[in-house]
Amino acid sequence: MDYDDVGLKKEEYDEICRRLKRLPNDVELLLFSAMWSEHCSYKHSKVLIKRYFKANTEENAGIVWISDDIGIAFKVESHNHPSAVEPFQGAATGVGGIIRDIIAMGARPIAILDSLTFGSPKSRKTRYLLEGVVSGISSYGNSIGVPTVGGEVRFDASYENNPLVNVMAVGIVNRSTIRTSRAKGVGNSLILVGSKTGRDGIHGASFASRKLREESFEDRPSVQVGDPFTEKKLIEATLEMCSLPQVIAVQDMGAAGILSSSSEMARKGGMGVDLFLERVPLREKMTPAEIMLSESQERMLFAVEKGKEKEIFECAEKWELDVANIGMLTDTGNMRLFWEGKEVADVPLDVLVDAPSYEKEITSISRSTLSLPIVNEPVNLEEVFLKLLSDPSVSSKKWIYTQYDYMVGTSTVVPPGDADAAIMLVGDGLKGMGVTIDSNGRYCNISPREGAKAVLFEAYANLVASGCRPLGITDGLNFGDPDDDRIYHQFSETIRGIAEGCDILNIPITGGNVSFYNRYEEESILPTPVIGMVGECPDVTRTVKFAFDTEGDKVYVVGEPVRGRVNSGSMYRKCVKGEVGNVFPDVDWYKIKEVFDFMLSCMEKDIFTAVHDVSDGGLAIAVAECCIPAKMGFVWEGEQPNVNILFEEIPGRFVVSIPNSKCKMFERMAHEDEIPFEEIGSVGSTDADFEVFKLPIPMLAKIYENALEEGLDLH
Amino acid sequence: MKVGIVVFPGTNCDRDTFKAFSRLPEVEVEYVWHTFTELFDYDLIVLPGGFSYGDYLRCGALARFSPVMSAVEKYILSKKGYVLGICNGFQILTEAGLLPGALSRNANNRFICEFCDIEIVNYNTPFTRMCEKRVLKLPIAHSDGNYCADASTIYELESEKRVIFRYVENPNGSMNAIAGIMDEEFRILGMMPHPERNCDGVLGNGDGRCVFESIYHELSREVSERDGLR
Repeated sequence: MDYDDVGLKKEEYDEICRRLKRLPNDVELLLFSAMWSEHCSYKHSKVLIKRYFKANTEENAGIVWISDDIGIAFKVESHNHPSAVEPFQGAATGVGGIIRDIIAMGARPIAILDSLTFGSPKSRKTRYLLEGVVSGISSYGNSIGVPTVGGEVRFDASYENNPLVNVMAVGIVNRSTIRTSRAKGVGNSLILVGSKTGRDGIHGASFASRKLREESFEDRPSVQVGDPFTEKKLIEATLEMCSLPQVIAVQDMGAAGILSSSSEMARKGGMGVDLFLERVPLREKMTPAEIMLSESQERMLFAVEKGKEKEIFECAEKWELDVANIGMLTDTGNMRLFWEGKEVADVPLDVLVDAPSYEKEITSISRSTLSLPIVNEPVNLEEVFLKLLSDPSVSSKKWIYTQYDYMVGTSTVVPPGDADAAIMLVGDGLKGMGVTIDSNGRYCNISPREGAKAVLFEAYANLVASGCRPLGITDGLNFGDPDDDRIYHQFSETIRGIAEGCDILNIPITGGNVSFYNRYEEESILPTPVIGMVGECPDVTRTVKFAFDTEGDKVYVVGEPVRGRVNSGSMYRKCVKGEVGNVFPDVDWYKIKEVFDFMLSCMEKDIFTAVHDVSDGGLAIAVAECCIPAKMGFVWEGEQPNVNILFEEIPGRFVVSIPNSKCKMFERMAHEDEIPFEEIGSVGSTDADFEVFKLPIPMLAKIYENALEEGLDLH
Repeated sequence: MKVGIVVFPGTNCDRDTFKAFSRLPEVEVEYVWHTFTELFDYDLIVLPGGFSYGDYLRCGALARFSPVMSAVEKYILSKKGYVLGICNGFQILTEAGLLPGALSRNANNRFICEFCDIEIVNYNTPFTRMCEKRVLKLPIAHSDGNYCADASTIYELESEKRVIFRYVENPNGSMNAIAGIMDEEFRILGMMPHPERNCDGVLGNGDGRCVFESIYHELSREVSERDGLR
């Protein structure tokens, strides 16, 4: 076997030989090919992430605490490549994989969110991918009984052959049953629980570490097949086991299966590991290397105190799961593999796990900063408004989320489509949490650094708009080929942007995921950091939705006034002008943080009857979205609106409605805190009346609610 | 009142249903594992929602053969108490032949999760007597809720007032918009909507509570009558 047969570079192979002080045998070479793949080793991203993301944890998921005892474990993970070649199973196993990250911490999963990005809504490929991905998430998520409560769906031609499927899972954990993946104690057992191991997904890790091309679709066998029934049993069994004191450490099995889970577990605890591979329950005849690399789904690995394995076996048997004691922890610091009594591999774990990492000279990419001349050509505002409202990136996602069981678990207080974030109960009282997931490749393509901040601030705004105080973020970083200077530069700028944004917002990054090689043939996707965020909601009965509900309430915009030109990156520029532009708007992020703080203090005083952040499509779309749910109207009463006022999208602005009795208090508070705001009108009865055009709400509702289905010709 | 909630591997509404019953005063609620085969000592057996044994085959087709279902059948024959099947539970009851008809794929071929308006057709049952509203807001969440039966069965159900719940706007293609039915003796209720998901005001408007309160009062009355006879 040769190094390039298994996807290693010449210099990596030389490095392996140098560190081992000998040549690796074939089994060992395969172990290295998986562990040193981008997917497992993060070799292109590790250095930058370590440098800029201070609080990054190395556990399966990060945790923020909402009380002394109750923590929220959450993480986002991508499943882009598998979804590109097999959308149903790719998305389904994406859900399964991230759920196991959550249960590995001893947390009960209570919510799933997903950020999906597809190519042009007009293409047949997009329809095929979207239908497959949505039914994959629906069939898997619904079956395991974890509600899918939120997400986003976007369309842009650059994702045509490389869609993004980023899934975030959120769980609740008690401080006393929390588990880590740090395995300690010589002689302690490693117990494999879950599905039998088969040949599926072998080389999945290295498959995910290559760009997609025409032949990739022949890689369909590299995509694993999900079994939600086993996952459901595995969730219950794992949580029961985590309450047993003899369970020392838990690790889910994702990329590179038994290999990465056992080696990382032992490495984190400073141990070695011996595995006896003939003990692994198999579905078919397999070689030792295949057993190590298999990515069969729905398996977990437990480190259990020696002599106390019985209860673990009993629990697995109760849930009708396969279970086997496949090895033990040693003090050798090595991974030793045995097959029917013979040693087939023996490599130091530090050599295997600590793959070399790369940092490239960051080439500054020159790009034109010249703004296009301002052309004030006449536009038909009504036409533009309707075009934006019916754009599938903007319009209602009801066709999608009604296929997800978003209520199982009876904690969903604010379901999808009602507010900017989903709100879930945690525990028995009225305490809740808000969750959201966001991205925006258009902004990030103009300026990866400022665009990343815009995405982060958008997620923050979504939580603020629902009355939640943000607690932490997880990031899914989706990029093209890191060997390309331009892409590497995008990546490093994005990392800095997120780090700077988190400093300004004073919010920790608790974990994340990097997905490179999102490129089909020669075309890379737009740089797409996905931000998942959770926040705390002290009392779920006081959350605010975005529906206007009382005629006569005053409507205000809170935040910076518009600038006199619809900004680059806006939906207006993309859909109407056909060019997104190349100048990121000047944004004072510190000022926006003040706006956020102000909004939260208004929330504490129950000032608002509706709140919605202004994002895709600008103010006019935000107002329409407030009108549609309760079929209320709106009457414009501000200065005569023009294209900028209606469609500009600069970050950090909110539409709010306020009862007349509270307007004075609101205005006084805004003046005191020096927060810009403007009264733009009031809640009306039957029409959206923007002065320059007036349309009946039932008509808008119909367009907004059917646009996705009609635009993509979904069935 | 003693309630047993059956848990099959793959059941996922067991905890929600448990919570809904725990809201009632003086109720003992227990989980019953799918391997249980002895005679039940409960006043009410609940088959909750979920995906029993994964439901990779027709929904409920495997669960009907599970050991616990023979105990359920014995329980029904003994007339010791009542049975409530919600969603997957309803599907299992029809698969087992304990309720007539079948639940086939939704007319639109997709999973549907949404709040529906559910009309109470018959108030004179152990599960609806305490309901005051004419229409309840209850969530549905299923791929296979399209109620079908032959014409004579539908005629029988309607004329015997065994159609208990009906969709106001038919979401899944069910015949006569049927959302819930009972057996001839009015001891077994099968329904697709999830009353347990709307018992708490913060999760909706609490409309689901009256189903649980009705059976609770029914059983309390029976118990006190029994005691009175003694």
